[in-house]
Amino acid sequence: MTIVYALAVAAYVGCGLYMMLSRHIVRLVLGLALLTNGAILLIFVAGRLGTTTPAVIERGSTVLAPDAANALPQALVLTAIVIGFALTAFAIALIVMAYRRFGTLDLGSINAAESMGVPRVATSPAALANDGRHHG
Amino acid sequence: MADTLDLLWPVLVPIATAALTVCFWQNPKLQREIGLLGLAILFAVSLRLLWQVVEGGVIAKQFGSWPAPFGIGFVADPLSAALVAVSGLLALAVGVFALATIGERLERAGFHPLFHGLLAGVNGAFLTGDIFNLYVWFEVMLITSLGLLVVGRTKAQIDGAIRYAALNLFGTILFLIAVALLYGATGTLNMADLALLLPTMEATPGLVAAALLFLAAFGIKAGLFPVFFWLPASYHTTPFAVAAIFAGLLTKVGVYACFRVFTLLFTVEGEVFRQLLAVIAALTMVTGVLGAAVQWNIRRILSFHIISQIGYMLMGLAIFTQAALLGAAFYIVHHIIVKANLFLLAGAIQRASGTDNLKASGGLLRSHPWLAVLFLIPALSLAGLPPLSGFWAKYLVIEPALRDGFAWLAAVALAVGLLTLYSMGKIWLEAFWKAAPVQRRRPRRVPLAVTLPILLLGLVTMTIGLAADPFVRLANEAALVLVEPARYVAAVFPDLVPPPAMLAEPPAALPVEPASPQHLVQYGDVR
Repeated sequence: MTIVYALAVAAYVGCGLYMMLSRHIVRLVLGLALLTNGAILLIFVAGRLGTTTPAVIERGSTVLAPDAANALPQALVLTAIVIGFALTAFAIALIVMAYRRFGTLDLGSINAAESMGVPRVATSPAALANDGRHHG
Repeated sequence: MADTLDLLWPVLVPIATAALTVCFWQNPKLQREIGLLGLAILFAVSLRLLWQVVEGGVIAKQFGSWPAPFGIGFVADPLSAALVAVSGLLALAVGVFALATIGERLERAGFHPLFHGLLAGVNGAFLTGDIFNLYVWFEVMLITSLGLLVVGRTKAQIDGAIRYAALNLFGTILFLIAVALLYGATGTLNMADLALLLPTMEATPGLVAAALLFLAAFGIKAGLFPVFFWLPASYHTTPFAVAAIFAGLLTKVGVYACFRVFTLLFTVEGEVFRQLLAVIAALTMVTGVLGAAVQWNIRRILSFHIISQIGYMLMGLAIFTQAALLGAAFYIVHHIIVKANLFLLAGAIQRASGTDNLKASGGLLRSHPWLAVLFLIPALSLAGLPPLSGFWAKYLVIEPALRDGFAWLAAVALAVGLLTLYSMGKIWLEAFWKAAPVQRRRPRRVPLAVTLPILLLGLVTMTIGLAADPFVRLANEAALVLVEPARYVAAVFPDLVPPPAMLAEPPAALPVEPASPQHLVQYGDVR
């Protein structure tokens, strides 16, 4: 069973890395989401697979059943899913904003930040007065 | 019980402040007042924590009364307590600076809650004693810093945020994968527990992969050599107050995490790994300073210098003697103050000259002579001129490099210091010395809220430089805990009798002169 999970993790991470190489922002974010899922699956496997008995203490008992599943990876996975979800949501909002402002999703043609740092030789006093305020 | 809260205040106060400022979303003036009050309280509780750690050694607390390896706990050792205290000071200074520079539009966009949320994330990352919890604090920092990055919603900021998000998200995923591998191999996430367990284990491929992934993940966060590109692509687009807090704290959390993981969990022992770190440190220094040399935008110059300076801190980790770690700890504290101060000064220069492009500014020495003096303090300190704090910081990392067979690294560090001076000289010549391209009849006013924090941080730099002794002692304490993790472990597991391997020789009695390399505890051999 572990080998199946290992292959699934490898597939997720491989696809994620491949998609991150794209210049298209949506593909980039999808790649990051895939990578996150690969990491989450990996945490799950790291806690050892074996039993499907839930990690819940039976009524009347005070200790966990000896064959119960490991509860810690589940807690970790839950945390990682929530965080991954929030960051993906933010990234998608950022993409929408970028598309509205730039009219493109190709990272290669967006250079607003880069051009802000590039020195321009100002020629007229009017251009000098404006410099530092209007960029991009 | 009171002690638990003492450890928690530096995180609780900014979270509470952030929550309160959210409650008054429509009232920027009230948000400002709550924010300043929160920052003052934060500084006070951070100083208190530092005081307690200096007096009583490492403090550790487990939450929810779960005994040590099972629950999540916070640990304050001298390094983390010092960083929390410096962050508190910096946050206060930047908070005052923000009064005059962050307009109502940004406040209505949520500047205050994001700012305090970022501080909570930073302090949480410094204090946590659990590796998965560290990941959570990294994410808190990431999401709030992304919010601050795009708070003004300009085109450049959106562009910068995409680049920042892509590489930093990738970094945190690497971190998560490393945590998963580590957990799979050891079955624990508590850092003190890992420190006990890992030295007894063999270097399996999984553990080696985990160590290298930690280095890659924290390298991205810290801005180390091949993976720093997000930093100069985004920092110069933010408002000056935001850039100052980013420059002061974000990369340093990455450096801190590097130090924590590679002293407590893994150690820098194998010659290959040491040389790898040394080469990364050298390349980080050189690429950063050369990148800065061609820039003309003040914020861009300073952004590249952050990278260059991170190299000096990593140098301490690569040499890995007590003396070198002392130097690195001192360097981090010095750097946080000086770098943030330079970004605040960039804001003041922009106010005074109307631009942050060096080619278009000038004449400030005539119109704002006091600003020139305030600029010289952190600028010369960054370059490492005596008697300022940067001189001691550079001396304390370069001297152990010469002593411990890293002469080439010391030579690189000295050359980079010279190039730093060139960049600072460029800002001085262009913004202050040369005649203004456009003469104004009346110089632009720079508000008091802008100059006051600059003056405060400048005075701190002077104090560290002129009275370095107590700071070196504190850095020595921090380095002692770093080279002898037994103290850290003992604070988390008070009932545990340390195994023979962890019994180190008694702590040296505060020698300011660096300890010999034999002092290094042979501890942990995972690679």
